[in-house]
Amino acid sequence: MKSGHVIEVEHLTKKFGDFTAVDDISFDVRRGEIFGFLGANGAGKTTAMRMLTGLSFPTSGKGIVAGFDVWTQSELIKKHIGYMSQKFSLYGDLTVNDNLELFAGIYGVPRHEAASRIDELLGRLSLSSEKKSLVRDLPQGWKQKLAFSVSIIHHPEIVFLDEPTGGVDPAARRQFWELIYEAVDEGITAFVTTHYMDEAEYCDRITMMVDGHVEALDSPARLKEKYGASSIAEVFDILARGAVRSE
Amino acid sequence: MDSIVIDSLKKSYRKNQPPAVDIGGILTISKGELFGIIGPDGAGKTTLFRMLATLISPDEGTAILESLDILRDYREIRTILGYMPGKFSLYSDLSVRENLDFFASVFGKDVESSYGLIEDIYCRLKPFEKRKAGNLSGGMKQKLALCCSLIHSPSILFLDEPTTGVDPSSRRELWETLARLKASGMTIVVSTAYMDEAGRCDRVGMMKAGRFLAVDSPEDIISKFSRRLAAVRSDDMFRLLKDLRCMADVEKCYTFGDTHHVTLKKDAGIDAASMASILESEFGHTGVYVREIKASLEDCYMNLEDK
Repeated sequence: MKSGHVIEVEHLTKKFGDFTAVDDISFDVRRGEIFGFLGANGAGKTTAMRMLTGLSFPTSGKGIVAGFDVWTQSELIKKHIGYMSQKFSLYGDLTVNDNLELFAGIYGVPRHEAASRIDELLGRLSLSSEKKSLVRDLPQGWKQKLAFSVSIIHHPEIVFLDEPTGGVDPAARRQFWELIYEAVDEGITAFVTTHYMDEAEYCDRITMMVDGHVEALDSPARLKEKYGASSIAEVFDILARGAVRSE
Repeated sequence: MDSIVIDSLKKSYRKNQPPAVDIGGILTISKGELFGIIGPDGAGKTTLFRMLATLISPDEGTAILESLDILRDYREIRTILGYMPGKFSLYSDLSVRENLDFFASVFGKDVESSYGLIEDIYCRLKPFEKRKAGNLSGGMKQKLALCCSLIHSPSILFLDEPTTGVDPSSRRELWETLARLKASGMTIVVSTAYMDEAGRCDRVGMMKAGRFLAVDSPEDIISKFSRRLAAVRSDDMFRLLKDLRCMADVEKCYTFGDTHHVTLKKDAGIDAASMASILESEFGHTGVYVREIKASLEDCYMNLEDK
């Protein structure tokens, strides 16, 4: 694996019976970039992401994530990545501190380090006074910040964010993206899926999946130029129009 | 003609906490109106829907739907109302067709009599008729849920964030369907986190902390926005965001696709050219682009948020 890459994927394919969900995709994710992973519902994003996060094996092809092989080292991949989605975040009936200790433990943060990392994290989020509060009593915006911080508590090289802002209002979405910016500024790599096309513009590079293929991969500016479009939403329309699969 | 009259509805879930919904006064929605609700999480949107759908009772106040009272006439209301909740609420272990048949039979109808209403959505589901609802993809589940909420030809349709997790093309299809339902005279109330969708409504209600802060047509919301706004770009967007917030004439700065949008203070004298030169000379930005722009609905939302 090249030192500048956090993910390397070659000819990765996943079949379910005679249905090819992910069809021979190849791409690299560079260290320290925000990599947007776009596509219509059913284009194969989730299946691809499950392979990259060690949750399912490919049918064929190669994949290296954070230095580990998707075929032989999926357990190591899980330990060395962060993962957050809109659906799964924190345990509402545990306190803030309990959630943090639980996830630090799951991610294998050494016991003697966990306490100081938790304090540092709460300090940074200005949540120290809420340490003993139940997570369900926190405002949604705080929950989200906390969920994101938890997903990177073990200092992973890369964090996978699966529609982190689905159903979130415009103001809270922007606050969340500033957290991503900050983490990336500190050196982490972010792999993000979203259905908000304005958020695609915040990525360094974006991939557009159509019918299981990677149909386009470039910076937002270059994609717009290439397709003569004024926004990524237009690029999406142009590419998605060619789709055969309707989910 | 009024389709919905909301009269001083109030609902609290827990003591010692502010009410989830507390609508002072009267809000009316006309027959055939497409009414959008926007607002942050916890604003009370879902609680309002659940009260109007007669699933929970208000502590105070009431609402009238098609001349029926949500407290007194809840049984009749349920026959004229379609409600698609934000959470998937069909039967996962029934097939697509079985779900549809079931919901039709609950209302004493058969699928055929309302088929015209759902045909354009259901035709996409038809190839998967025998598949269990739990095994459908997210977008397909939403299509099925919409079909089930329309199968009894309701006069009023409530949709609670119907497009969350739905891709841009399917979102557009849904809104084309809503436009057609509206044209047939149906009253539609829809909540959304997408401002482009809010822009397609006749009127939009901005909810926060249980109240409507503003109710107006998208055009009027935009035309009432009186602040000067600029779009700004440079080669280092993250640093630009922080630097803009340090500038004296800037009241608020937020990301906006491939630019940042800046709301200028009321008395700001700065123009686009001088802002660009400050960013270049004082902050060392390169590739600077500054242009004064007109507000969009999303800008209005971002600037309303703090009030």
